[in-house]
Amino acid sequence: MFEVIAFYTFSILTIIMFGIVVLSKNALYAMSALAGGMIFIAGFFFLLGAEFLGVVQIVVYSGAVMALYAFGMMFFDTTRDVKENIHYKKVLYSLFIASAILIVIIMSAPIYSANIEAFYPAVIDGVGNIQMVGLILFTKYLIPFELAAVMLLVSMISGILLVSKRMEMNLTEEDHYEEKGEII
Amino acid sequence: MITLTHYLVLSAILFSIGLVGVMKRKNLLMLFFSTEILLNAVNIGFAAVSHYYNDLSGQMFAFFIIAVAASEIAVGLGLLVLWYKKTGSVDLDSLQTMKG
Repeated sequence: MFEVIAFYTFSILTIIMFGIVVLSKNALYAMSALAGGMIFIAGFFFLLGAEFLGVVQIVVYSGAVMALYAFGMMFFDTTRDVKENIHYKKVLYSLFIASAILIVIIMSAPIYSANIEAFYPAVIDGVGNIQMVGLILFTKYLIPFELAAVMLLVSMISGILLVSKRMEMNLTEEDHYEEKGEII
Repeated sequence: MITLTHYLVLSAILFSIGLVGVMKRKNLLMLFFSTEILLNAVNIGFAAVSHYYNDLSGQMFAFFIIAVAASEIAVGLGLLVLWYKKTGSVDLDSLQTMKG
């Protein structure tokens, strides 16, 4: 019973939050709603018994990614409303129809999911979720784990290089450089 | 009782919200938000399948998706800040330099 109430509460809240993200005109509202939606999704992970995934979701998404977005927003003008003009109505409508077909295919996928069988049913009694995640991550998924580590290192270096290129000429010292085109 | 189908349908609904955002938005920052929604919707599906089939592979894939999303944000936001410094706009149309 608890599970049913929690599932429906979290799903309604998540859908509302993500609806605000998609439809809101204010970038700051969209970002706050996205952070809320991420935390509600962590609630689903706790419901599903994936505690480590839920904690990682809160730490990485609501912590790191949202902090990064908030930091990036300081560069942009977020006080005025986001103005969006759509020129090509035909392209938009055909894309909507194509995505509707895609949604129908996704919705019919659970019918086929009844035939799936687990290749590696890997749950040992008396071993918790976090311990089990560690066991599997460092045996079966060791190479993807190392590749992900290298990828994160590469993205960290590229992020630092991209934003801090010529740090002495950034936007805070714009008075010395009248034209924005000359900054880069 | 909540079954796997409930979670998969929820995942599909969130995915479609993200798709609408990707198609509707012209602001590049908002486009990033919509891609985050897409990735999170897929994560819910993976976690649900992993729970109902007692196979932790789904959770592993969700971890790697989170890692990919984090690095995507780092690089993408860096490029976006650079583009904003150069052109003063984060609009998708400002990327269009060729006629056609």
